[in-house]
Amino acid sequence: MAEAHAHDHAHDHHGPAKLSDGFGKWAMRWISTTNHKDLGTLYLVWAFAMFFVGGLMSLVIRGELFAPGLQFVDPEFFNQMTTMHALIMIFGGVMPAFTGLANWMVPMQIGCSDLALPRVNNWGFWILPFAFGLLLSTLFMDGGAPASGWTMYPPLVLQTGEAFPYLIFSIHLMGISSITGAINVVVTILNMRAPGMTLLKMPLFVWTWLITAYLLIAVMPVLAGAVTMLLTDRYFGTSFFNAAGGGDPVMFQHIFWFFGHPEVYILILPAFGIVSTIIPTFARKTLFGYASMVYATASIAFLSFIVWAHHMFTVGMPLAGELFFMFSTMLIAVPTGVKVFNWIATMWRGSMTFETPMLFALGFVFLFTIGGFSGLMLAIAPADFQYHDTYFVVAHFHYVLVPGAVFAILAAIYYWIPKWTGVMYNEKLGQFHFWWSAIWINVLFFPQHFLGLAGMPRRIPDYAVQFTDFNVISSIGAFAFFIGQFVFIYNMIQCMRGVGEPAPARPWEGAHGLEWTVPSPAPYHTFEKPPVVDDKEVAAHA
Amino acid sequence: MSMRNWLAAPLLWVVAFAAQAQEKSYAYWNMPKGVTEISRDVYGLHMLIFWVVVVIGVGVFAAFFYSIWAHRRSRNPKPATFHESTTVEIVWTVIPFLILIAMAIPATGTLIKIEDSSDAEMTVKVTGYQWMWGYEYVGEDVSFISRLDRASDRARQVGSGIDPRTVENYLLEVDNRLVIPTDTKVRFLLTSNDVIHSWWVPEFGMKRDAIPGFINEMWARVDEPGVYRGQCTELCGRDHGFMPVVVEAVPPAEFERWLAEQKGESGAAEAAPAAAGTEVAAAEAGTTTDAAVDAGNEAADEAAAAAPLDKAELMTAGEKAYKANCVACHQASGEGMPPAFPSLVGSSVVNGETAQYITQVLNGKNAMPPFGHLSDKEIAGVVTYTRNSWGNESGPVQPGDVAALRQ
Repeated sequence: MAEAHAHDHAHDHHGPAKLSDGFGKWAMRWISTTNHKDLGTLYLVWAFAMFFVGGLMSLVIRGELFAPGLQFVDPEFFNQMTTMHALIMIFGGVMPAFTGLANWMVPMQIGCSDLALPRVNNWGFWILPFAFGLLLSTLFMDGGAPASGWTMYPPLVLQTGEAFPYLIFSIHLMGISSITGAINVVVTILNMRAPGMTLLKMPLFVWTWLITAYLLIAVMPVLAGAVTMLLTDRYFGTSFFNAAGGGDPVMFQHIFWFFGHPEVYILILPAFGIVSTIIPTFARKTLFGYASMVYATASIAFLSFIVWAHHMFTVGMPLAGELFFMFSTMLIAVPTGVKVFNWIATMWRGSMTFETPMLFALGFVFLFTIGGFSGLMLAIAPADFQYHDTYFVVAHFHYVLVPGAVFAILAAIYYWIPKWTGVMYNEKLGQFHFWWSAIWINVLFFPQHFLGLAGMPRRIPDYAVQFTDFNVISSIGAFAFFIGQFVFIYNMIQCMRGVGEPAPARPWEGAHGLEWTVPSPAPYHTFEKPPVVDDKEVAAHA
Repeated sequence: MSMRNWLAAPLLWVVAFAAQAQEKSYAYWNMPKGVTEISRDVYGLHMLIFWVVVVIGVGVFAAFFYSIWAHRRSRNPKPATFHESTTVEIVWTVIPFLILIAMAIPATGTLIKIEDSSDAEMTVKVTGYQWMWGYEYVGEDVSFISRLDRASDRARQVGSGIDPRTVENYLLEVDNRLVIPTDTKVRFLLTSNDVIHSWWVPEFGMKRDAIPGFINEMWARVDEPGVYRGQCTELCGRDHGFMPVVVEAVPPAEFERWLAEQKGESGAAEAAPAAAGTEVAAAEAGTTTDAAVDAGNEAADEAAAAAPLDKAELMTAGEKAYKANCVACHQASGEGMPPAFPSLVGSSVVNGETAQYITQVLNGKNAMPPFGHLSDKEIAGVVTYTRNSWGNESGPVQPGDVAALRQ
């Protein structure tokens, strides 16, 4: 007995519980972990599970739209799919994926041992399964899942069946989770940098996450407020959004998009940080215009608070309002352009190689820019009266979210997985994954520009027959893109099982940053003593 | 295949495709130029900004791909060391800014023109319903409901077995078109009876939301007679995809004749707008096959109306129709969402006098839209179903009872 106890005790010291130590111990390790690396892994695994679920829903959508007429689903169920697809991809996929990357990399990049609030970190993650459990359970309820779009506009959302309170409470929970993650990032970055790691020496990924975290803290409570007002309108006799009681349904849209537009940048700023890290590595050249990158990120974040009504040009605003929001929206093109120019200037006269992370980063620059161009077109208010709520908009935001945010997440995982697992991923499969994804994502989303311009509204389960051709192409792209992602999943599982070439501490010769100064795989605890910040390792002065 | 062929083949395909797209009578892959001054201005802005981004894109991507090619390690083994230039940063901040100002000027001009709905020569009030449009010629005492035509409606049901390609103007045709005069500044006042809808005719270059409790404004001066088709563009529930907007623009003299005709009939049209729809469908029966199918089905419905149906059959038909049309508001439990959507359980209307209840289903009341477009059997079914579910026990009604109340 005493011996067994001693044995257990020894285990505590030589690392976290593995499956071979018994399922119970292994499960409890993951449930109770406060380690930033464990939680980073949990967030990422969670994000990809949600990408899978949300992806299946998108296949229901694209399957139904493969041909005119209703083949498979009832229109109400179709609306449930578009709504759930968006909520799951945004709140369950992209946001947790970025939080997972922040968990793994922020402490290692600024040279501290863990996030500042490790238990809050654990709580923030474990809220998610409950939030999405509530949300997904609505699929099996009377009246089905929410079907009013992820934007939840009243009065339509008030017609939701029994799912309604579940929708509201799951959003509250997602908001709490995001806010805890954001507070943790801010506190960690501002207080726990290694000596010598001044703010303007921080890697761009840390900078973009710092700004993202502020955006999250500023706007998630606004969303929580908006959905709470919906809740009281439905159950407690208030009339915030009901004209008959002196309220205004458009006010919801203003509040929602005051959250919603910064949210868009929450989904893309960390991606900017990732790309700004990867391109210099593989171009073997310092990031061009580090300071202007930081200022551009901050400008975009600031502007994101004053452009919200461009999502609602058609609600009938006064002319002055329309002009203001048109001009402020156009302004965003300036700092965004600076970023793209800086990336290309970083590549310029570099010495580039094209490993998988670099391919995804370059794919990001190219395809995100296309999404930026359609964004600029959408900013022109008179033209937006035509584009608004058509497939042109669908094409636009999928270009910035999939080959934008998602490609950046994939790039980051390929880039850092040798550090996480200690083995190299399979490069051939990685390259195949990139080319497969890059081709089919365009087959999937590019024709949607044409559909929108030709007049196909978004969120419709069936369409006039002149829209058939491009819908067929788009659906083929969707199924092909989806299937290709399993190559990535296989590649990553192999890494997590430790199958592959052992990775050196610095697997990329052009890589700089404190994370590369520790061995691969990174020990369970890193930088328990603050490292010496060598100027060669920090982004600004490498 | 040589390298040149590899490049030429897709290029040829694109050219051929573009030529083919140009020949289509409808917008195929670009915004239509439209038939109003505004729509042409908007099209002009769209193409201007499109070419601006194309030119910027060609420049940026040329540098991008040239760098990928020229600055790869095998060609350029020693990377340069520059990483800063304030001058360059200023240049690529200022130039885009100037381009944006150049874009903002014409956009502002068009926006001001769009928002000026003064001096309108006539006004049409457009009301969104789940899921149809109501049109009212303000001051003319003419109003009617416009909903998806029966041929499309039949074909769009899950598993209808009807190929939409065989239905003319599938999902883009209505029973009663909005008729407006050409060369006349028509002001549209938009509102809604239930949730937010959005009224859009691409050829007019404008869309605007129809919001319950508020009135929005837009206008159009159409210069070519013709039929212009659009759709609701704001998600408005189950049948959002099935509430087209069809506007017929006719010369002013013809419009006056049409309006006078409508005034003659408007009393009847208002009492039972759905009946007007059926008449149109029946009148078309001789000319198109779809309408013939339509008329055939109607005949079958009528035959069914003659013989009383048993309660089980009515309940089955009623449950189906209820789930398709009523459940969004009154809920599967029949309990509704008071106060907006009253409970049907123990309701005095549902369990009361049948004629009054059927009339309410046919013509609507307050927030409840009219359902006259459903068949007699469907309405009899819904009435029977609601009168005999969730503890209600008030007996069946027959399609004949519904038919009798339609006039």
